[in-house]
Amino acid sequence: MVLFEKKSFAAKTGARLSDFRQRIEATIPALRRYARALTRDSETADDIVQDTLVRALRSEHLFHGGDVRAWLYTILTNLNRNRLRSLSRRPTLTPIKDGDAAMMGPEAGGRDIARALDELAEEQRAALLLVVLEGLSYREVAEVQSVPIGTVMSRLARARMQIKAYLDGERPPLRRVK
Amino acid sequence: MNDRDYRVSDDELHAYVDDELPADRRGAVEAWLAAHPDDASKVAAWRSQAELLRARYGGVAAEKPPERLDVARLACRRRNGWIAAAAAAALAAFLIGGAAGWFARGIEATSPSDLARFTTDALDAYRLYVVEVRHPVEVPGEQRPHLMEWLSKRVGTPLRAPELDKVGLKLVGGRLLPGPTGATAFFMYEAPSGERFTLYCGRTSNRDTALRYTTGEQNAAYYWVDGDLAYVLSGPAEQEKLRTIAQAAYDQIDTHAPQRGG
Repeated sequence: MVLFEKKSFAAKTGARLSDFRQRIEATIPALRRYARALTRDSETADDIVQDTLVRALRSEHLFHGGDVRAWLYTILTNLNRNRLRSLSRRPTLTPIKDGDAAMMGPEAGGRDIARALDELAEEQRAALLLVVLEGLSYREVAEVQSVPIGTVMSRLARARMQIKAYLDGERPPLRRVK
Repeated sequence: MNDRDYRVSDDELHAYVDDELPADRRGAVEAWLAAHPDDASKVAAWRSQAELLRARYGGVAAEKPPERLDVARLACRRRNGWIAAAAAAALAAFLIGGAAGWFARGIEATSPSDLARFTTDALDAYRLYVVEVRHPVEVPGEQRPHLMEWLSKRVGTPLRAPELDKVGLKLVGGRLLPGPTGATAFFMYEAPSGERFTLYCGRTSNRDTALRYTTGEQNAAYYWVDGDLAYVLSGPAEQEKLRTIAQAAYDQIDTHAPQRGG
């Protein structure tokens, strides 16, 4: 069904997906998963994925082989960091559904993994998600974040320590100042 | 090196969990874990975190991506219609009056979601006007038909200020404000106690209609979309009270057809 729609759209526009575009397309589900966990908001997540795709497509002529997937993760991670910088003075949005624990406000709600992610500094959250959710190697994450592997490992260690403390019910140390 | 004397570091424990450990160290780490229950429970906690994350977000990869992420479409738009579309959009934004904001963002930059922009602007307007004693509104609530006719005309679609008497609020009045997408209507309501709430309402192309909550230090807001209008109800940060009011407004806007011309 999905395949059929895409083919007919491509046929209509006379566009044939290049190998490069096919590789981008194949990565979209994983990019959406990463973005969703990174932002904890589905609309914002798809905004960032869309921006990532537009930038990648625009740079098609600059791409000379290599790992498309890691490159897309890099763009997405940077875009999200820019977004957080520009939004750092805006209020935080929490999606709610009827009967959701989030309805009760941050104090009364359950200690779930999404809230634990909220407590992390951005670069720690990205490192943890890239390793655990996306299955990137330490080396790949080091390239995505443009830092040495040792830094990736210390980010990972801090993220895991803080999540454990949060899930175990300790108060978060000191709310980080953005 | 003698494995017995070699203390396994936390770095190695992480690497073990993430399958980054050289094969010849696995045995040593497993032996260490068997003898050190504290480290074993740390490793178990990290593994369970990973499972929670995968359980929570793994399913996203199985969802069908929305149409706006279609690569052929994005590539095609870029090649054929990008310049024309950007020019048309810039012109429209200029005509609507949001020119400064639009150019500041840059034509190719992806704008922050309507959701974030509407909520930020609505809360700014709330904080600005809610403290105003003498001139909180431009047109008072007693002139409701005139108010609605004027704002509907400026926003470009029939508007309806909900009647919130049932939740104890009286319409103070309204004013016209610049918003993320152009002209925006701003209604103020007041409780007998003097507490004020505002409803901010402007056009949007966003079709995500979910009710969302956002909170700052002292104020909070509910955001939702109905048809081509985005609404933000702002008030003091008391979620239950705000929710009751948002629900009342939401229900009226949702179930009543807009009144033409006020």
